[in-house]
Amino acid sequence: MSQNHHDYWNVTPDEVESIALGAGILGTGGGGNPYLGKLRLWETMKRGGRPKVISPDQVPDEARISTVGGMGAPTVGIERLSQGEEMLGAVKMLEQHLGAPIPYVISGEIGGSNSLSALIVSAQSGRIAVDGDGMGRAFPELQMNTFVIGGIPVAPLAVCDVRGQSTVVSHVLNARWAERIACAVTVQMGGSSGLAARSMTGAEMKRAAVWDTLTLAKKLGEVVRQARIRRDDPALAAADTMNGQILFRGKIVDVTRRTTAGFARGHLRLRANSGSDELDIDIQNENLIARRDGEVIAVVPDLITLVTEDDGEPVGTEVLRYGLRVAVLGMPCTPQLRTETALQFVGPRAFGYEIDYKPLAGRWPGRVN
Amino acid sequence: MHIGIDVGSTNTDAVLMKGTQVVSWYKTPTTHDVTSGITSALTNLLAQSGAKPSQVNAVMIGTTHFTNAVVERRRLSQAACIRLGLPATAALPPMIDWPPDLRETIGNHWYLAHGGHEFDGRVIMPFDEQEIRGIARQIRAKGVDSIAISAVFSPVDQAHEHRAAQIVAEEIPGADLSISSEIGRIGLLERENAAIMNACLRDLAKAIVNSFRQSLKEMQIDAPFYISQNDGTLMSADYAEKYPVFTFASGPTNSMRGAAFLSGVKEAMVVDIGGTTSDVGMLVHGFPREASLAVQVGGVRTNFRMPDVYSFGLGGGSLVRRDPLLIGPQSVGYELTSKALIFGGDVLTTSDIAVAAGVADFGDKQRVAGLDPAFVQDALDRIQTMVAEAVDRMKTSAAPIPVILVGGGSVLISKPVQGASEVIKPENYAVANAIGAAIAQVGGETDRVFSLEKLTRDQALDQAKQEAIEKVLAAGAEPGSVQIVEVEEVPLAYLPSSAIRMHVKAIGDLRIEG
Repeated sequence: MSQNHHDYWNVTPDEVESIALGAGILGTGGGGNPYLGKLRLWETMKRGGRPKVISPDQVPDEARISTVGGMGAPTVGIERLSQGEEMLGAVKMLEQHLGAPIPYVISGEIGGSNSLSALIVSAQSGRIAVDGDGMGRAFPELQMNTFVIGGIPVAPLAVCDVRGQSTVVSHVLNARWAERIACAVTVQMGGSSGLAARSMTGAEMKRAAVWDTLTLAKKLGEVVRQARIRRDDPALAAADTMNGQILFRGKIVDVTRRTTAGFARGHLRLRANSGSDELDIDIQNENLIARRDGEVIAVVPDLITLVTEDDGEPVGTEVLRYGLRVAVLGMPCTPQLRTETALQFVGPRAFGYEIDYKPLAGRWPGRVN
Repeated sequence: MHIGIDVGSTNTDAVLMKGTQVVSWYKTPTTHDVTSGITSALTNLLAQSGAKPSQVNAVMIGTTHFTNAVVERRRLSQAACIRLGLPATAALPPMIDWPPDLRETIGNHWYLAHGGHEFDGRVIMPFDEQEIRGIARQIRAKGVDSIAISAVFSPVDQAHEHRAAQIVAEEIPGADLSISSEIGRIGLLERENAAIMNACLRDLAKAIVNSFRQSLKEMQIDAPFYISQNDGTLMSADYAEKYPVFTFASGPTNSMRGAAFLSGVKEAMVVDIGGTTSDVGMLVHGFPREASLAVQVGGVRTNFRMPDVYSFGLGGGSLVRRDPLLIGPQSVGYELTSKALIFGGDVLTTSDIAVAAGVADFGDKQRVAGLDPAFVQDALDRIQTMVAEAVDRMKTSAAPIPVILVGGGSVLISKPVQGASEVIKPENYAVANAIGAAIAQVGGETDRVFSLEKLTRDQALDQAKQEAIEKVLAAGAEPGSVQIVEVEEVPLAYLPSSAIRMHVKAIGDLRIEG
């Protein structure tokens, strides 16, 4: 897609539908269901808000840009619904702290419910959303993203609650501390908050962001929706779009889950539709490792997503249950997550697995800066 | 003795039971006014059994009326919704994800007010009495008198919903109030949707329950009567007038419960094969397993206690095609007795295959004598496979379990079903629905988030169980019969502070006087 300063992508409500679906597939089982975010964005658009998206390379090098997103537990998210302007409130708090405007925002995470965050802030305030994010998928912690990997400080960051109360964390030692502090504040705020982080320049963003992921999510959503209409195989359509593969087709025969240190950890076993082949998946909020007959065939940071066999609907780790028939997609992650430095943050060892990262075949379908 | 009645869209079935024995049953077409169909069924039932109206101690009724009213957008009244949660929730107002036609039908009246709770029980913002009074007066000015009240985390703390209800009752005397925490579980939009649907059904509920009451009065049956709920338990007629949404999906539930009763098996898969489709659901402790995902009713997302039922296109009237072999989903439906080969028609159906294969004997088997035996066998095998796959899909563990077959189409299954430990075809399967209504128990459940800052997990679980037991006793259960049938815990991810969501269900036998 080619754009210039005066040629924004004006996202339509139907494109929001596709982005939300694609974001679910990029969510690798975590990141939260984008359903409520989609409704929120639609409602903002119904009230006259128009999300404007710009390609990363069109952002001026000296422009100021922050990442936006929601923090907190999905269960709080489905009950204490958003006030609407938590993220915008956090952006404004950050502007106040910096004493300078933040005209551009980018979603921290394209996978799951945060995929639409920048679009929501854009529709509410006229700020411009950048077509990209900091993961190209979903991850459970603040430090697991390409901005941190790229050495861009997470502070200052601001969180804002449903009451409009906000605070700035102006100095932290590193992103892990930012995660701890922001999370503690979020618990006091009632378990969810809007987050705005970083004061990046356009040049820094271009260097560190995963580019074009809103476009990618939209395309992914579109091919799945088209495949449903044509009665093609939506899982295959999604895998092809991602230059990935279908690792397995089968049904869930065992699910175990437990919570440790704020993570929903678990294990999943699938059995093939025909034959006795089995696939095992390790979960920590997201699907992290797929093993076929004991051998690792896909591993984080590559993307492992379960979609329903019939209509390619992404299956979150919270709704896994015995008997569900699924296709398991294995999709290459952006090369930005495959460097030696990146793997220290997002590789299998960062999640406590004593195994090496072995990249999936295939090339990340997005532009690589 | 007690009577179970199933008012379906096609037939009204009635069954007379003495304790756990089926004394007599009767089937008659459902009538447009409902009342005369029930009266006709009851008259014939009592006449053929010789029982006197005075011997009837309880009547249990299952009905699909309220589901159909929402699906067909008929006979719904105007309803308003007051939600306490401001400043939270403003981004997603009530009914935001409803089909626009349904929202307009009931007036799209909604109001947001301050209040509600956090997951750990703190208030979001203080309750504002004047604000609620002001809203109540606006609603009264519109002439709307059925009001749904929802509040954030009301399953954790109901105080704000109840205070709001009290104020609305003062401002709009005689108003019908539908309180979300009494209707649904965690998930504000879904719980609130259910409360609003309940509100728009309140007038219809009074009318329908009254017509049931009228039928019984005409029959001189002076016994309490109950309505079956979607989770297989009963509610009193008075309660049903207040909570008509709880009847949603009670049809499949009753058929599964009836199957459990008829077979005497409580842990099994039930396959109800009708004329066009089959429903498959799993029995856990004699009750249908509930769906864990959001279930839509008439296009509205809910998180009701709904049975997890898988429907697929196989029935006794399903079309069978060759080259390639294809069974269903098209069906001749109620025209089976004129269109199937064995009944002189020219359409090859699954019933023709069963008769040709010699596993069933009805109609004229000479008319299918010419079918290629190899083809008949292939078709029969395919039917068998379809059922086996559906059973497997609904299983919760890989272990084989009993399969109970009910419904007229169950003749199609003649061999052991793969994945089944045994296949049971009970007697009286034709009135499994009405029997399901007649034997229903009462239940109570808790579903809320517990903060583990002050409680241990075991204390939280005990508290959840105690709450469920109190609810089942309040619903009229015999104290000695109460048991916990379901415990589910969902840890809340992403937050380091420990909180856990517990879902506990208790059931008990209904106390029947006399």
